[in-house]
Amino acid sequence: MPAFATGLAAQLVHLALLVVAAPLVAGFVPWLKARLLGRIGPPPLQPWRDLLKLLRKQPVLAFNASWLFQAAPALAFAATLAAGALVPSFALGMTTAPAADLLVIAGLLALGRCILALAGMDIGTAFGGIGASREMMFSVFAEPALILVFFTLALLAGTTNLDAIAGVLRDGALGLRLSLGLTLIATLAIAVAENGRIPVDNPATHLELTMVHEAMVLEYSGRDLALIELTASLKLVLWLTLTAAMFCPFGLATPQAGLLSWPLGLLTWAGKIGVLAVGLAGFETGLAKMRVFRVPEFLGAAILLGLLAAVFLFVSTGFSAGND
Amino acid sequence: VNDLLLQILALVVAALFVLGLLGAVAPKAASAMIMAATIAASVAGGIAAFVALATDNSAKTLVLPLGLPGVPMLLTLDALSCVFLVLLFVSATACSIYAMDPHEAEDTRALPFFPVFIGAMALVLLAGDGFTLVFGFEAMSLASWATVLARHEEPASRDAALLYIGIAAFGAACLIPALVLLSPASPGLSFAAMRAGIPPDGWRATLVLVLVLLGAGSKAGLAPLHVWLPLAHPAAPSHLSALMSGAMTKVALYVVIRLLFDLAGPAQPMWWGAPLIVMGLASAVLGALRANIEDDIKAVLAASTIENVGLIAVGIGVALIARAADQPILAALAMGGALLHAINHGVFKTLLFLCAGSAQHGGGSRAMERLGGLIHRMPYTTACVLAGCLGLAALPPGSGFASEWMMFQAVLGAPRIGGLALQMLLVATAGLMAMAAALAAAAAVRLIGVVFLGRPRTPRAAAADEAEGPVLVSLIGLAGLSLALGLLPGPVIRWLGPALRLTVGTAMTEQTGIGTIRPASGVAGYAAPAIAVLIGLALAVALLALRRWAVAGHRQGPAWANGFAAAPAWLPFGDPLTQYGAASFAQPVRRALGASLLAAREQVDMPAPGDTRPASLNVSLHDPAMFYLFTPIARLRGRLAALVDFMQFLTIRRTLSVMFVALILFLTIIAVLESR
Repeated sequence: MPAFATGLAAQLVHLALLVVAAPLVAGFVPWLKARLLGRIGPPPLQPWRDLLKLLRKQPVLAFNASWLFQAAPALAFAATLAAGALVPSFALGMTTAPAADLLVIAGLLALGRCILALAGMDIGTAFGGIGASREMMFSVFAEPALILVFFTLALLAGTTNLDAIAGVLRDGALGLRLSLGLTLIATLAIAVAENGRIPVDNPATHLELTMVHEAMVLEYSGRDLALIELTASLKLVLWLTLTAAMFCPFGLATPQAGLLSWPLGLLTWAGKIGVLAVGLAGFETGLAKMRVFRVPEFLGAAILLGLLAAVFLFVSTGFSAGND
Repeated sequence: VNDLLLQILALVVAALFVLGLLGAVAPKAASAMIMAATIAASVAGGIAAFVALATDNSAKTLVLPLGLPGVPMLLTLDALSCVFLVLLFVSATACSIYAMDPHEAEDTRALPFFPVFIGAMALVLLAGDGFTLVFGFEAMSLASWATVLARHEEPASRDAALLYIGIAAFGAACLIPALVLLSPASPGLSFAAMRAGIPPDGWRATLVLVLVLLGAGSKAGLAPLHVWLPLAHPAAPSHLSALMSGAMTKVALYVVIRLLFDLAGPAQPMWWGAPLIVMGLASAVLGALRANIEDDIKAVLAASTIENVGLIAVGIGVALIARAADQPILAALAMGGALLHAINHGVFKTLLFLCAGSAQHGGGSRAMERLGGLIHRMPYTTACVLAGCLGLAALPPGSGFASEWMMFQAVLGAPRIGGLALQMLLVATAGLMAMAAALAAAAAVRLIGVVFLGRPRTPRAAAADEAEGPVLVSLIGLAGLSLALGLLPGPVIRWLGPALRLTVGTAMTEQTGIGTIRPASGVAGYAAPAIAVLIGLALAVALLALRRWAVAGHRQGPAWANGFAAAPAWLPFGDPLTQYGAASFAQPVRRALGASLLAAREQVDMPAPGDTRPASLNVSLHDPAMFYLFTPIARLRGRLAALVDFMQFLTIRRTLSVMFVALILFLTIIAVLESR
């Protein structure tokens, strides 16, 4: 079964790369932002150093921490890693490809979010509560936008399976479409919100009124914090990879092309992540953080774009011709 | 075999009614016996219905020696009733086991109504003619109404019961003409005669649809007739709230499916699905939003019931559209999703209501602001709540996700039917379903986070006692069932096959495996067990890596209090006000969505410096259905009552003259009619 073996190998390489690259991307963006602002900034390897250091530190738990608080970092990491396993980075046809449903990916990310929000409520501090309630409020607007994006893509490709969608788009059968452009913008807005980046949230601050995700996980320290940070950076890379897989699946290795297409796939993946990370750094440098209650408007725009994309798809002739 | 099973089920229903009678006359000491007999009857009924669906799917009819003069009552058992009977009896078994608990058994006021309530619901599901259906439906309404009144000392219970009985009467007033419209001219209202007759068309068909949606929809809690539900369901004792939310709303949905899919014939126009979808979406979003704002645990759960009923209605609506468009696979997908969600919701909502009862008993209140930190004192209940909320929040690999996934796939496939209006409706459906799911997840986090996590808010909650004995048995059993439904939706869909064939003409057998559900054969689908294994593997890797590379153990210390002074000694769990509570957790969602959808307003009263009066924040909400529909109706009723009141207190002279005028009027009418 060489196809199975290739798929499994691609899967393992994919997961290893995802975990290794995640802190690097999370370090690259602030470094580039600092350079853009004329500062030297921490080196891109800094998150990896922090992780290794934190792993050697025992966590300090509040007296009233429950088992849920202690289990949450590993559970959230597992949910995020499981979602990451489903998003093709450099190769199609991985072992998990038949299960790589877009809705499942959204569901697993939501699972991770809910676990962390619960952990934020566990100690009973105001910080945890404010972070958790705001994170859940953002998700109320981010989720419909995301589902509308998936709706349009799935209508175009005829399935909600990410591997199949990437395959269809990779072949270029659909060409350039206005709907795809609109969904791309919506996806980027959702990615910014889901990862708590500027202008929705600021991953670098520890000011009470500006933070959402960081407030939620404020009680974590040591080894647990390492896992939380790794999960956050994994989520960022996952979103960048997901965006690349949905809108720019070119250069992806296929099972038919065999191992020889891997180097090209790996290079293009690195290139795509790099471009998106540079874009993110530029975007964050150019904008200020918005008020919390402006975020529904920001995400509402993403919902509208998603709606528009679907409507354009319906009124364009290509849809009915393609499916009848 | 099914004839025998039907007889068993008929005996079960009869036994439940008799148990109710016994409960009314028997001494208090016998209540445990009656509950035990109820468990036995429920288990027997559940097994009979399960076996009936698994073995032989042909419909069987039993003629009862009861009923209207000359028109006997009919009981019919077919695949659709079997599905709902199993759901009902699973829920009823768990609730009656829960009620065996000595603390619950103390309150015997609701005891006689409990078996009658179960029996009446079973009678609706078994009904083979219109009379039996309405009889069961009304018995179900009255029995549940009596349980809502069980704590009649509380004014809130009385108000809820009044609203509930009003809506129940309205539902019956709609359901009876709907059945009459469906039946042909011949005497009797048997379902077989309705199927054999000409299906309604034109205005009669429209009227049937409207009456069914109002009659059964009001009982299911479909917007805009949902306002009674968050008031009435929490007022009853917990095991009855669980039955009302878990089973009774499903019985109402069964009536919708039975009348619209089976008795109204297959040839109904496509737009029939649209009102169901619109009402379903309104219920889903409003219900989920209210679940984020209510501050009573059971009201949160009841509001979430509205959401789930709405989602099921959307699935039914899409199935109607797909069936009318002659897309049986799509219709089976939508209907399968709706039925699966009905089962899933029946299980996890029963579980959560029983957990709420356990938390109320252990923590001494069902107000979220008086609980907190129950995870430390009630670990089993908390674990069961987590299992139930995994389904409620529609997160993979929970049970709610599988059914919502199926319904979403149906929504995704339906635009192919064509028509821009339908396509627009479906896009809105996709977005609003996602919003409802996200709101449900937020509500679940709020419920767990405020009630079970954090610090206790009252000394009573700090000394909560874990449930024991029968309560734990029912909770753990339901939690296991809910998790199993999430992990193995495929076998359930296969088991539902005959009911799907009955309603939409095709089962999903070829595209459903043990581990996967597919929207169509040959397409990738949702593999729940694989996802669970994937999460498990990721967790194992994470734990192994931590063990290998990270330091072990932990230290403990006080929580970081943001630089505030430590709470005084008379506040052993810290200052309750510094903890996020039910109202504060709700604030972002309430401001962002509640202001527009529920007319949420905040009034901040901040005293001037030097003023010693406390600051206050008042939040007001208006459910639009209450504001635009029920309040005007209540006002109209008040005016009419005032008018009648005026008539009542006339002087004798005037009363006599009114009577005389009325007599003349009637005689004139008769004379005019006679002369024609």
